[in-house]
Formats: sequence, C-alpha cells, structure tokens
Amino acid sequence: MAERAAKELEDGFYVNLGIGIPTLVANYIGEDIDVTLQSENGMLGMGPFPYEDEVDPDLINAGKQTITELRRTSYFSSADSFGMIRGGHIDLSVLGAMEVSEKGDLANWMIPGKMVKGMGGAMDLVAGVKRVVVVMDHASKSGAPKLLHECALPLTGKQVVDMVITNLGVFEIERGKGMKLIELAPEVTVDEVKSLTEADFEVAV
Amino acid sequence: MKKIRKDAAEALDGLLFDGMTIMAGGFGLCGIPENLILALRDSGVKDLTIISNNAGVDDFGLGLLLHTRQIKKMVSSYVGENKEFERQYLSGELELEFNPQGTLAERCRAGGAGIPAFYTKTGVGTLIAEGKEHKEFNGETYIMETGLVADLSIVKAWKADPEGNLLYRKTARNFNPMMATAGKATVAEVEEIVSLGDLDPDCIHTPGIFVQRLIKGDHEKRVEQRTVRQRENA
Repeated sequence: MAERAAKELEDGFYVNLGIGIPTLVANYIGEDIDVTLQSENGMLGMGPFPYEDEVDPDLINAGKQTITELRRTSYFSSADSFGMIRGGHIDLSVLGAMEVSEKGDLANWMIPGKMVKGMGGAMDLVAGVKRVVVVMDHASKSGAPKLLHECALPLTGKQVVDMVITNLGVFEIERGKGMKLIELAPEVTVDEVKSLTEADFEVAV
Repeated sequence: MKKIRKDAAEALDGLLFDGMTIMAGGFGLCGIPENLILALRDSGVKDLTIISNNAGVDDFGLGLLLHTRQIKKMVSSYVGENKEFERQYLSGELELEFNPQGTLAERCRAGGAGIPAFYTKTGVGTLIAEGKEHKEFNGETYIMETGLVADLSIVKAWKADPEGNLLYRKTARNFNPMMATAGKATVAEVEEIVSLGDLDPDCIHTPGIFVQRLIKGDHEKRVEQRTVRQRENA
C-alpha cells in the first residue's frame, strides 16, 4: 500500500506523511523525482533515520522518532508549520484511517468510550493540504467494512479525502460526490471488493 | 531589569497560585522545559490548567504533574503514551480539551499578539466545531477559534543572552516561540546563557521583550522513540 501511495508523489511536491504505514511511503519515492517531506512539528526537508551515533534528541519527526536533516532542511515553529498546512502550501498528505465515507469524509482520531488519544495535526492536514490520500486496511480483521455510506465514528474532516488505497484496491473520490474503484490489487476480484465494502462505488478498472 | 535567576525555583518564585493557567512548550518530550516542570512539582501548586501539545510520559515531563494530581485540566492535541493520564481522564479526575494541533498553535500565537479570535477551516463538520460560530468567506465555511493567554508560560530554548533573546535548536522549537509571547509572565530555561552581543540580532527567534525571567538548566533530553538505521558496511 505504501508503495502504491508513493506513485501519487510528483516531482517538486511538498509532502506530509502521517504516522504508521504512511511513514513507509518515504522508502518508495522514485529516484527520478525530487520530493520534500514536511514534518508538522516544525521541519521541512526530513532526512532518513539516524545512525546510532547521530541520534539527536532535538531532532524528531511528528511520530516522535529520531530523524536526520538534509542540506535543504529548514526548521520553524508549530505556528509556521501549520501556516504551511492550513495555508494550502503542502501538495499532498498521506494519512491512515479508521473509516472513510463514499463522499470523502474521514474518521481517524477517536473511538468513543475507549481511550481517546487526540487528533494531533490530522484535522489541520485534511482541511488545508491540496490533496489527501488515505492508506488503510480495506476491512477490519472480522471482515467489517471500513469504506461506508457514512462514517459511524467522529469525523476528522468532512469531504476531505481524494483517494483511498487499501490492500484490495485503489479508489478515487470526488469530494462530496462519490467514489470509483480504479485499480485492483493482484488476484483480487471486483466481487471480492464489493463483499467487503458498504460504500457505493463505480467500477472503472 | 535583571532577568537571570539562580535556579528554577527562584525563577518561579512569586508567580505561582492555585487554579492558574500555565502554557508549557514542547512536542512530545522534545523541547520541554524540564527544569521548570520539576520546580512546579516541588512547589506543590495545584488545580492547574495546562496548555501543552502533549502530556509527557508517566515519569517525565508533564506526566510528573499528573502523578502528583496537580493538574485539573489539560488543553492538548495528542495525549497518547501516558497511562496515568488515561486513568485520571477515564475516572473523571482530569478534564481534557482537545484542540487540533494547528488550531492550538494559532490560538497561542493569536493570544500573544492581542488577537482575540480568528477563523479557520480546521475542524469544520467535526465535534470540534460544535457550539462555535460558523462564518462563510468566499463561499467556504470557517469556524471561530479564540486566542489563548496564560498566567505563566514556561519555555525551553537552546541559547539566550542576558536580555532574554532566545534561540531554539532544530525541532525543539515547536510551540515554544508562540507560548513565550502568550504568557502574562514568561520564564525560559536554556542550555547556555551567552554574553550580550554573542547572538546574531538577525537570527533571534524570540525577542527578549517576551521573556521576564531566565535560567540555565540541566537537560536530560529524554528520547521517546529512538529509531536508527544500520551502516551497511560497518
């Protein structure tokens, strides 16, 4: 999924990668394109994880992991960082999700009654970044769909998702309108996708 | 006015009262005012409202003040990684107000700049928007968020001069600059206090007007998630 998401990156893009699988997208960025990674805790031009002797407690990403800087790196405050995000200067964000609706609503920050960890920067990212790509498992371990008519969980944003990449396929969403299946994962059939999806979608594979 | 104080306890002397609101800089454990947090714990001040992006971990950072039940309410964007927080929140001992991270940063910036409120798209259509004023600009819906000020801001910087001019280092900057502007009093702890003239005036991140008191601290700088890679031909 991370490898597929990396194909959405274009030369010259400024990109914010969420915590978890989205972080892995960085491993698949093509050699032929130049992409600058933003970390919302205040860094543009994020480098790879450090070697043991390079670990710097003052240098972490938004997942609180130690990282390194590049020659192009700049640092700034959280207000400037979210100015980039909310001001529409970031080209693409790749995020995880618990649920996505067919109109592009996203839920990924809380499960009522269980521990609530908080939304962090996710609400700002989906509200301000030009294009939002979600990477998620297609269904729960018990087979319950996560692509729904309407999200049951509290929303992170309404009509904010442009693409969903799951282990079964890739969907394009026209915000507020509907979703379209545009690719199938190897050896997956349309019927199989339909059986694990509640949301309505057009088939265009 | 002499801003440099001997230690964290002296730097907070006369500024603390029960029920006060305190902003604390930092992202995770990166760039947190660890000496001043320890001094807050030792002071015994209680019923605190703490505005901080995160809540530390169980035995470090703001987690120390949760452990001693000195915090009544947290205003944060993300509070995972803290079992004591979870326990106190689920049992109703601790109040919690979630703010989207960018909204929290901007609320501090606005408060410090004398801006009482602003509009943002962040959170429209979510729980965060409930009860807030909605307004359309150029055909898009925004919600109103208010600026934040605190009775006291505690921040961590890398270097300072005796005037209170501050320089931060790498991603340890995060919320510190905005919070420094939004405290009725701001106390900064730094790794090094240099002489006047040793900081390039063109490169100062927080001008000294925002800082009333200053200490040189000892910093453990704990790392929350040590992630490394291996050298291929080691």
